[in-house]
Parts: sequence; structure tokens; C-alpha cells
Amino acid sequence: MSAAAERAAETRPALLDVRNLRIEFPTRRGTLVAIDGVSFSIAPGEVLGVVGESGAGKSLTGAAIIGLLEPPGRIASGEIRLDGRRIDDLPYDAMRKIRGRRIGAIFQDPLTSLNPLYSIGSQLTETIRTHLDMSEGAARARAIDLLREVGIPSPERRIDHFPHQFSGGMRQRVVIALAICANPQLIIADEPTTALDVSIQAQIISLLKRLCRDHGTAVMLVTHDMGVIAETADRVAVMYAGRIAEIGPVAEVIHAPKHPYTVGLMGSIPSIVDDRERLVQIDGAMPRLNAIPRGCAFNPRCARAFDRCRSERPELVDVGVVRAACWLYADAGANAHAQPRAGVAT
Amino acid sequence: MSGRGAGGAAAVPARATVAGAVELVRAERIGKTFDVSAPWLTRTLGRQPRLLLRAVDDVTFGIRRGETLGLVGESGCGKSTVARLVVGLYQLTSGTITYDGKNIDALASGRAGRVLRRRLQMIFQDPYASLNPRWRVADIVAEPIRAHRLLRGRRAVHARVDALLAQVGLAAADGARYPHQFSGGQRQRISIARALASEPEFLVCDEPTSALDVSVQAQVLNLMRDLQRELGLTYLFISHNLAVVHHIADRVGVMYLGRIVEIAGKRQLFAAPRHPYTRMLLDAIPDLELTGKARTPVAGEVPSPLDPPPGCAFHPRCPLADDRCRREVPLLKSVPGTSGAGEGGEVACHAVEEGRDGRAAKGGGEGRGVASVRAG
Ligand SMILES: Nc1ncnc2c1ncn2[C@@H]1O[C@H](COP(=O)(O)OP(=O)(O)OP(=O)(O)O)[C@@H](O)[C@H]1O
Ligand SMILES: Nc1ncnc2c1ncn2[C@@H]1O[C@H](COP(=O)(O)OP(=O)(O)O)[C@@H](O)[C@H]1O
Ligand code: SF4
Ligand code: SF4
Ligand SMILES: [Mg+2]
Ligand SMILES: [Mg+2]
Repeated sequence: MSAAAERAAETRPALLDVRNLRIEFPTRRGTLVAIDGVSFSIAPGEVLGVVGESGAGKSLTGAAIIGLLEPPGRIASGEIRLDGRRIDDLPYDAMRKIRGRRIGAIFQDPLTSLNPLYSIGSQLTETIRTHLDMSEGAARARAIDLLREVGIPSPERRIDHFPHQFSGGMRQRVVIALAICANPQLIIADEPTTALDVSIQAQIISLLKRLCRDHGTAVMLVTHDMGVIAETADRVAVMYAGRIAEIGPVAEVIHAPKHPYTVGLMGSIPSIVDDRERLVQIDGAMPRLNAIPRGCAFNPRCARAFDRCRSERPELVDVGVVRAACWLYADAGANAHAQPRAGVAT
Repeated sequence: MSGRGAGGAAAVPARATVAGAVELVRAERIGKTFDVSAPWLTRTLGRQPRLLLRAVDDVTFGIRRGETLGLVGESGCGKSTVARLVVGLYQLTSGTITYDGKNIDALASGRAGRVLRRRLQMIFQDPYASLNPRWRVADIVAEPIRAHRLLRGRRAVHARVDALLAQVGLAAADGARYPHQFSGGQRQRISIARALASEPEFLVCDEPTSALDVSVQAQVLNLMRDLQRELGLTYLFISHNLAVVHHIADRVGVMYLGRIVEIAGKRQLFAAPRHPYTRMLLDAIPDLELTGKARTPVAGEVPSPLDPPPGCAFHPRCPLADDRCRREVPLLKSVPGTSGAGEGGEVACHAVEEGRDGRAAKGGGEGRGVASVRAG
């Protein structure tokens, strides 16, 4: 994390503030709780990475923020604030204005964000004119500028092409152009590089980083790839079974993880710089929503679990500069583990 | 072991390598061309030419007994096609593949073919698609045992299935359940158990962990390692993930647009990659070490395999490309000074051959100022 971003995280008021978010799916056999008491915030210009295994609740959290939670999924409790104002209880039309104008979205499959029947130029100009007061001509000029900015060669010519005429990497660039066309303050990027080859992934990551730096845009970057997080994020939240297990500055979480799940996760990632015979193995699998264990959801897989873990649920507490939800740190608040540095707001 | 069946017409003397180990599998200049033309009528009316796609072109490699050869490359470069050629799911367009000295083409049918099919098995990326959803797991795993008549009597088959399930970390009781009742990682264990049921020596694994979460991937990679050691298996392991290949492979081949551009011992390939594409790939891996190095990702994308660039297919993205590269296809040549025991590096690049690649220790450096971006 750059010193500047670190200071920003500590002093500036949050741009996005999620408090005690709970998302439920009512089913015939009872209510499934998919997201349970998730809280975090993102400062202006900050990149928050969100990692976790599939089903951990990353995408649902993102969808709730942009107001695209699909029924019967619903926000059962909690608050989402953008710049201090609640956005989780807005009517559909009000939320639609915020989406695109103040919050941009990028998804894993660029084709879900692009209409195959319209040229990318008409999709861009329409989105621009929905959110900004511009003439057709000015919007088109801006669209061309945006395409150039995201690295589409000869944008004057490419603007009239259709989505299928672009490669996967190029389409993702177009989606990024769409997401930033109204200068949003926040971008929710859900697995934006997962479907792409490594060389293209590297191009998209450096594009996202450059855009955030140039425009001061905050980003919630959802991915299951810790490498992408390491390269891009200032802070990272590790999700497990619908909750945040650990959250903190990216270097700290990657190199000195506190929560046993994060420790296992980091050790299970193969790397091109080490020569281990075996990877760290977390036995078992993440529980399904209808079978989340009592106490700490990780306890059946945790080598360090003790009695309390099986009965009481741990909440996030300060552990040095990170926050972790684990009974091993129950009294860590300010003691031995803590390093003498200002706590970072989460 | 390699002497078996040496009397067959297709027998080729097994090649002994530097390290002395014998090659179990050898692919010699193999190629696969797909006809992807529009249907004949549309073609005639629209005067479209026949379209041929060269998915694999002049690929040569050997795999020693007990070794893991990794194949990496970006989407569409021909990895899965190589895998399917090696297990005989596709017919070769050109070249030969020998298994234990015997040509697999000649053995594709008949009794000998069945024996061979038992000795090579394949594991796919999507364990769900490759498991029959209406069969119980025990039947799925028992199927190869019955098909190859490896055991007689229900009791013996049962016992073997239980042992196989235990070997891949599942419980005997799991045999009574159906594939959809398992998670992705567990399903991959089931496909491994099924592959092992026919007591193969050689497993072709096409992205076996790519659909899995990292923690589950670690379980499967550890399992594959353990099985290799216990059973002396030989692997062809395909992945687009360089870190996974680095973890599991002894030697690594890098593919680009249907060809192997570099093949070398793992340590050598990762520590001192020579081909500009290998260097670019290694440089593109997100860096967990947080060195904060400013990377200059190489511009451009993989060109369409329908219309590959002439000469070296990598030339539109290569910072070292010159006239010769645009004209002449570079062939795999061993790089002087790199063939240490078992490492034997081979590279297909004019710049490396001419010694004008700078011989920098690692990728990077040349990433800057890449000339031509494909405007496609
Ligand atoms: N049955 C087929 N008919 C026509 N073309 C094919 C067929 N199978 C593969 N191809 C083409 O051959 C090339 C190589 O495909 P292949 O599936 O081997 O790539 P790959 O390296 O496995 O890619 P990925 O990483 O996406 O799995 C691609 O251009 C592909 O479109
Ligand atoms: N429409 C739905 N009905 C029931 N459960 C759902 C629905 N959508 C998502 N879930 C569940 O919510 C959990 C979190 O999902 P998601 O946010 O998509 O995970 P991630 O993005 O981390 O992979 C998962 O257990 C998933 O099965
Ligand atoms: S609370 Fe207990 S079970 Fe949960 S991670 Fe901490 S030690 Fe393990
Ligand atoms: S042959 Fe030429 S274009 Fe191809 S990789 Fe080598 S230097 Fe680059
Ligand atoms: Mg998701
Ligand atoms: Mg493939």
C-alpha cells in the first residue's frame, strides 16, 4: 500500500461503507443466510481486494452494493452508504441513476455487459448521454477518447464494430470503458480477469491500476486470484462462508496472515519461486449454506480449533494492523500481537 | 520393461536419454489439422474457400517413465489437442506417437489396442461432464475394471473399488452416491479413481485443477504427487497456470499457436527462460512477492490460428523480431550450454540461435517498446 493511500484510508471519510450486511434467500425449507454480518469500507481512490473460494459470497456482496441482487435474494439487514448517503433502500429508478453514474460495474464475462445487437459506439454514447448532459457528437467524441484510453487501437474505426468482432480481452476493455464513461467514484469489478489469458490479464490489471490512479476511482476488486490482489489492491478482505475472516493491508495479509484460514489459503497457492514438495492442505471443503457449522464456520477444517470455536461465533477484532475473526486473537486487541502502528480503519 | 513387444512391426528402439531413463512416450513431429470450413453449400454459393485450422503443428517431445511433462500456453494454443492425440481420441494428421516403443496408431484397434488403452488414461478439466450423472460412483469407478476384465467376481471388484476410493481420499460409503452429490474437488477425485482403476502407467491430465478453488487444487495436486510416487505413474500435465505447472512438472513445454516454442527442465525454464514468449508469460504472472515491480505487459494478443502470421508466429508481438523472423519458421534447436543432466533445453527462436537475444537471465527488460500492436 502506498503511503499516500494508507494515509487516505485513515483520514478521509469512507466513500463506500458497508455495515452488518446480511443477505438471505428464503426457500421452502427455511431461510438461507448467504452473507452474514459483513462490514467494510473503501476510501476514495482505494482498491479493496475481496478474495475467497467460490460460494464465499464475494459476488453477492458486490451485487448488493450496485443494487443488482436477484430475487428471491434480499438484503435482510444492514446498511450500505455511498458518500454518507444510504443506497441500499433506494427505489429501483434512483438506484439505476447511481449505477453507471457513480458506481461502475465490470463482470467476469464481458458479454453479459454488452448487447450483441448494437455497435459498441452506440452502447457507449447511450450510456454517456444517460448520465452526462452531452450532445450526440460530443458523446461520440468522448466514446472514442475512452476507447483510446482503455487501449483499443484505431478507436475511430473500431467504435462502429459489434461486440462479436472483438476478442475476449478487447471486449473486457470495452466493458471497462463503459464502466468509467461517466467518471464514477467507485467501480465494482467482479472477477474482471478470470476469463482471460495471463498475458491479457496483465494488460487489464495494469489498465485498471492506471485508470484508478489517473481518475482517483475507488475499486472493489473481487477475485479468487491472490496474485491479482497482490499486484493491485491496497487492502484485502478474505471471505469465508458469507463472512469476512480477515481484512487488512495487502502486504500484511499476504505475508503475515493471522486467521488460520488465510494462513492455509496462502500456503495452498503454488508459486514459481518456491520448490515445495507439497502444498499446504486445508482438508475438507467450505460448508454449504444450509450446513454452516455453529461457532466459527471454519472450525471443522481448522487445526487450531478449540472448544470455544465450536460454540461461539468470533467477530472481527484488531490484530495489529489487520482485523481477524478468530478466537485465537480474542484478547489481542491491544496486546503482544499488535504492532505499534496506528490501526487502519476497516 | 521397454523390451516388451519388441517384435511388433511398429517397434521402434526405445530412446535412452542423457539421464539414462527410458522414454515411455514419444511424439515425433505430430500435427493435427481441423477442417473448419463452412458447410459445402454455403461455401459454394458464397465462394468461400475451404478453411483448415492447424491446431497442432510439428510438435515433438518425449516423456520419460516416472516423469511429469508439463505443457503450458494460452487458450487455443493446442494443449488439449495434443492431449487428445496422445490418448488416441483424435487421429494424427501427421507425425507419429510411440508408447513404450510401439506406434499407437498401429495399435488403435483390436486386442493390442485395448491393452494400450488400459495403460493410458485421461483426466479432464470438467469432472462433471466426464462422469455419468446417472451412475453411482462405485459403478463409475468399477467400469474400467469390468471393461478390461481385470478382476473376477463382484466381491473382488467391490474390494478394489473401496481401495481406489480410499486411495483418492474418499470413503467407501461415497460409492453409493451420485456425482452431483459431490463438490468439484471430490468429483475430480472420483475421475482420478476411475482413471486409476485400469491400473494405468501413464495419465494425461488436461487442466485437472483449473475449475477448482486454490485450496481444493492443493488437495488434488498433493494427491497426484502422492499417487505418482506410490504407483510410479508418468504424467502429461496440461495447464494454462504456470505456477501449477512449476509445482508439478519435471520438464515443461511452452506452446504458442500450435507449436512448442521452448521445452526444458523446470528449473532451467523458470530460472532462465530463453524464448521471448516464455519470458513474456513469466513476466505476466501476478507477483505474490509484492516487489512492486512496474511491469510492462507485452502488447497484443494471440493471433487467429486460422490466419497465423508467416515465419515465426510470435513475430507481431516480439521485441526481437527481424526480417528473417517474418519469413522463416524457427525450428526447435537445443541451446548450447544448457543441456545439463536431464535439463536439455530446446528453443525455437532465430534470435536465440543467432545469439542476439541478449541472454538476459530473466524476462523483462525487453518488454518495453514492443513494436507492433495487432490492430486486428
Ligand atoms: N474439434 C475441433 N474442430 C475444430 N477446431 C478445433 C477442434 N478442437 C480444437 N480446435 C481448434 O484448435 C485450436 C487448439 O485448440 P485446443 O482446444 O487444443 O486449445 P487449448 O490450448 O487446449 O486451449 P484452452 O486453454 O482454451 O483449453 C483452437 O484454435 C481450437 O479452436
Ligand atoms: N439465487 C440464489 N439462491 C440461493 N443461493 C444463492 C443464490 N445466489 C447465490 N447463492 C449462494 O450464496 C452464496 C454466495 O454466492 P456468491 O456471492 O455468488 O459467491 P462467490 O461470488 O464468492 O463465488 C453461495 O453459497 C451461493 O450458492
Ligand atoms: S475461531 Fe477457532 S476454529 Fe475459527 S479459525 Fe480461529 S482457531 Fe480456528
Ligand atoms: S524467431 Fe524472431 S519473432 Fe520469433 S520469437 Fe524469436 S526473435 Fe521473436
Ligand atoms: Mg462470484
Ligand atoms: Mg484446453
